[in-house]
Amino acid sequence: MGTPVSPGVIFFAAIFTNNILLSNFLGTCSFLAISREIRSSLGLGAAVTFVMAATAGLNHLVYYKLLVPFDLVHLRYIVIIVVIAAFVQLVEMLIERYSPALHVVLGVFLPLITVNCAIFGVALFLIIREYSFLQAVAYGFGGGLGWTLAIAALAGIRQKTKNAPVPKGLVGPGITLVTAGLMALSFMAFSGMVQMQ
Amino acid sequence: MAKPPGAREIFRKGLFDENPVLRQILGICSALAVTNLLLNTAIMSLALIFTTAMSSATVSLLRDVTPPRVRMMVQVLIIACYVIIVDIALQAWLPDVSRQLGPYVGLIITNCIVMGRAEGFAVSNPPLPSFLDGVACGAGYGAVLMAVAFIRELTGAGTLFGLHVMPGWWVNWTIMVMPPAAFFVLGTFLWVVNSRTPKAGAK
Repeated sequence: MGTPVSPGVIFFAAIFTNNILLSNFLGTCSFLAISREIRSSLGLGAAVTFVMAATAGLNHLVYYKLLVPFDLVHLRYIVIIVVIAAFVQLVEMLIERYSPALHVVLGVFLPLITVNCAIFGVALFLIIREYSFLQAVAYGFGGGLGWTLAIAALAGIRQKTKNAPVPKGLVGPGITLVTAGLMALSFMAFSGMVQMQ
Repeated sequence: MAKPPGAREIFRKGLFDENPVLRQILGICSALAVTNLLLNTAIMSLALIFTTAMSSATVSLLRDVTPPRVRMMVQVLIIACYVIIVDIALQAWLPDVSRQLGPYVGLIITNCIVMGRAEGFAVSNPPLPSFLDGVACGAGYGAVLMAVAFIRELTGAGTLFGLHVMPGWWVNWTIMVMPPAAFFVLGTFLWVVNSRTPKAGAK
């Protein structure tokens, strides 16, 4: 990255122009599996946003304060995965202990998140794009919100199309992919508002 | 424990009956992301075949000494090791492709296919069938990806493996190399395959 981009721009871009789901295809698996109801997809989205923002910051610190000084960059995949898994486990225990109500809402989604490629992808992107700490957190937070937006919108559309006469072979994942494609197309309308790479 | 299935059976399942992408809807992320150029897709498929095969074999070798409690973590670490090998090899020999694939090589770790084969097949089968199963499923994934990439690169850029093949009057469908087309092409693929062959025993 040549000129430093302000975290605000990155935050905005991660939600709209570079939506992590619709333009980078991260987290598509759970996207296709969970997006049947708006309620549960919002729950998952909230959990993803929280974990994504927190682990983006955490992984940034671990990478630049631990891996780079000790020349262990080639171990980054393992370290990042372990950081994410440990963080999710920790959050789950804390929530269970201190906020049972929140645990009811988010509890079932947290284990799913460890294997959500969006979280891992964000961690890799922020290293490849050489973000600063603030930029990384903004990217994680915006990416999570963008993901939530996409999955909630898709869930809404799927609820509407549930009774629509879809061609037989297209029922299920097929029509969901096409719907997602149309959404990606409409999100392309945002491109040009913010430029980010 | 049932007798491990033969090689022919394993390949038939991995490539057709239980094709990971088309039948089980696994590994969609990278299927969508890397299919705008055939060359990248080919490299990605080979990387996935290698990772799935090797990690399945390793998981299978260690299946009797792995405590069930930490099984998942052990599997993730085994997969991560092979992905690191792939990543370093790519950086050394194919730096351009490595740069274009970007994070998606690393994302093989969270690719559900690798984990799914380790968990679904390798933990209960001997190393050699597990290895073959990994190759078969990786090949099934690769075949679908190559087909999608073929359509997208041909119509979107007028090239195949970077060589110009379309006649001069051809106007590139730019949309085909953009993200939305990935969803459309894969969706259409699912449609064709599912209409042609009714789901036999698929979940």
